[in-house]
Amino acid sequence: MTMKDVGTNSAIKLSFDPATETKNALEFKNVDIFYGDFRAVKELSMTFEKQKVTAIIGPSGCGKSTALRAINRMNELLPGARMTGEVLFHGINIYDPAVDASEVRRWIGMVFQKPNPFSKTIYENVAWGARINGYKGDMEELVENSLKAVYLWDEVKDKLKQSALALSGGQQQRLCIARAVSVKPEILLMDEPTSALDPISTSRIEDLLEELKQRYTIIIVTHNMQQAGRVSDYTGFFLTGDLVEYAPTKELFFNPKDKRTENYISGRFG
Amino acid sequence: MSAIRDANLAPVPEFDTRIKERHARGKRRLALFLAATLFSVLSLGTLIASIVNDAFGYVLLENTVEPETLAPGGNFAALDKVELVEILRANVSRRFLMKLDSDAPLADRPKDDLIDLVRTEVVDPVVKKTWNLSDSLLHGKGIVAWAAQNSPKGHVEFRSWLNADFVRRSQASVAIDAGVRGAAFGSFLTILITILFAFPIGIGAAIYLEEYAGDTRLNRIIQTNIYNLAGVPSIIYGMLGLAIFVRGMEPITSGALFGAVADPSTANGRTIFSAGLTLALLILPVIIINAQEALRAVPASLRYSSYAVGATRWQTIWHHVLPASMDRILTGTVLAVSRAVGETAPLVVVGAPAFLTQDPTGIFSKFTTLPIQIYQWTARPQAEFRNAAAAAILVLLALLMTLNASAILLRNHYRKNKRLG
Repeated sequence: MTMKDVGTNSAIKLSFDPATETKNALEFKNVDIFYGDFRAVKELSMTFEKQKVTAIIGPSGCGKSTALRAINRMNELLPGARMTGEVLFHGINIYDPAVDASEVRRWIGMVFQKPNPFSKTIYENVAWGARINGYKGDMEELVENSLKAVYLWDEVKDKLKQSALALSGGQQQRLCIARAVSVKPEILLMDEPTSALDPISTSRIEDLLEELKQRYTIIIVTHNMQQAGRVSDYTGFFLTGDLVEYAPTKELFFNPKDKRTENYISGRFG
Repeated sequence: MSAIRDANLAPVPEFDTRIKERHARGKRRLALFLAATLFSVLSLGTLIASIVNDAFGYVLLENTVEPETLAPGGNFAALDKVELVEILRANVSRRFLMKLDSDAPLADRPKDDLIDLVRTEVVDPVVKKTWNLSDSLLHGKGIVAWAAQNSPKGHVEFRSWLNADFVRRSQASVAIDAGVRGAAFGSFLTILITILFAFPIGIGAAIYLEEYAGDTRLNRIIQTNIYNLAGVPSIIYGMLGLAIFVRGMEPITSGALFGAVADPSTANGRTIFSAGLTLALLILPVIIINAQEALRAVPASLRYSSYAVGATRWQTIWHHVLPASMDRILTGTVLAVSRAVGETAPLVVVGAPAFLTQDPTGIFSKFTTLPIQIYQWTARPQAEFRNAAAAAILVLLALLMTLNASAILLRNHYRKNKRLG
């Protein structure tokens, strides 16, 4: 892919030529992330393949969520967090001072651990993101398509004007995914999206990931190794800020190269 | 509990659970808190009771002219307007009659107005003595007997100092004719100015400090100063208001700049506008601190969900953070405004006149407010003004309760549909 409108002084507009193809949706290049003096992510370099599900696993505090939040610049909302290195999205460093964080987040959506719908109607939850990003198309159609994409449409089509807070946890989380896809991103980041949900809601969301990866590149952080095994194509194992091993999921789980990976996935720690 | 004790479980010597002692300690604390609550309720009850006690009760009145000598049976309603005007003409001074006529021609006035004039100006009852509510209820007969003995001309009647006329009339030199209309208007306009300035400025400052300002030395100093300003005595704000608004900004606060004063050389900054601005200054720190707390209480997850779809900081604040914190912001603001409504000291310094019979005509007129009127009435030597002051306090309390009730309604309105986690 080629990037356009890149000038040293003018703002970089994130727009891409869909005709050109690359294998990777995103690349970390020598990324270090600090919270104050604590180095949460060390010398991270990795790539994420397009339209695949990449899982990031590791014990608590290993830096996996920190690395995920670096992809849509959410870390900079935390006081005391700073970063070195580059995160390349279509070859553009999203941390370039000329790149606007809001634009990055519109291309790279995020779903959080706890379902966090807006205190608005179901319709508004989906429509709001598109509206503030200047969506010019048919809003009702967009809402319907977004809700259909997460298989929520049939459950909520008669109560679009009701508060989203009245939905169940699993429905709320699918609504949050619909909200994320409504602005037509390329990458979906998911930070333990099912850890607050019951097993049935969890399996519905896992099924959904299979559908969503037809159109989006998905990067999912999870505590649940079985989930990583079930849904992902690639898995990266983090330990104390280092990417210990990164391989196709089957390979990592059945034939880990690193002793620490083996210990972790066989449940000896973490 | 006993079921567990009786279940014959094996003793675990490492634990000394002391269940009874722990519960007993909790109950002792609870008794203390209950006593504290009771004490505050009692104090409040005493306050209200003492005010109500003064606002109602027997009064001994002596008429300057007995109504029976003016109309058959003292029944003015049976007379027509011409006869009423005739009574006025015969009993009040020419000068006063001319003043009345020039205010509004007597012949054009409604009949009730004329009856009112005859009652206050001709019959002119004079309060000789007042009794409070508890005395009136307990020693009613004794009071009537005492009055009959000591004042053969007078008559005793039970009077509610808080009545329709009291709210309708303005300040007067005689307690029985005095009312709170002008003061209530003054309070209302003053507080309107206060809200108009303090609310947007306070919220704006809170948003800047909480959402935009970084953790720099300068911002920490500003923050500390705001906390300290919230504790500055109100009279200091009065002096500030006098210096800045009354004197410094006189052309603006007197309205001369806007052509509100006919003769600019007589322009005077001691207006409702100055008073409202002074009170706004007084409650600004409270509003800022409260709004900051409200913004801080908005869960981070709500902000993240907005940022994650590509919203800017301002869109996040305007569409999510402010609506989610509006209930707390409004509650705090109304409480601060309630405090401003009851403020007296700064307004005395800013220059509320001691005696004002006219209603305010706008934000550039001289003013008096309810607390100032109460303060002046309690300082009067005539005992009956204390009764009038008690009635005015009831009006002020009613106003404050309305304000607080509206705060609760607003809060419930905004809290109804709010995510708390």
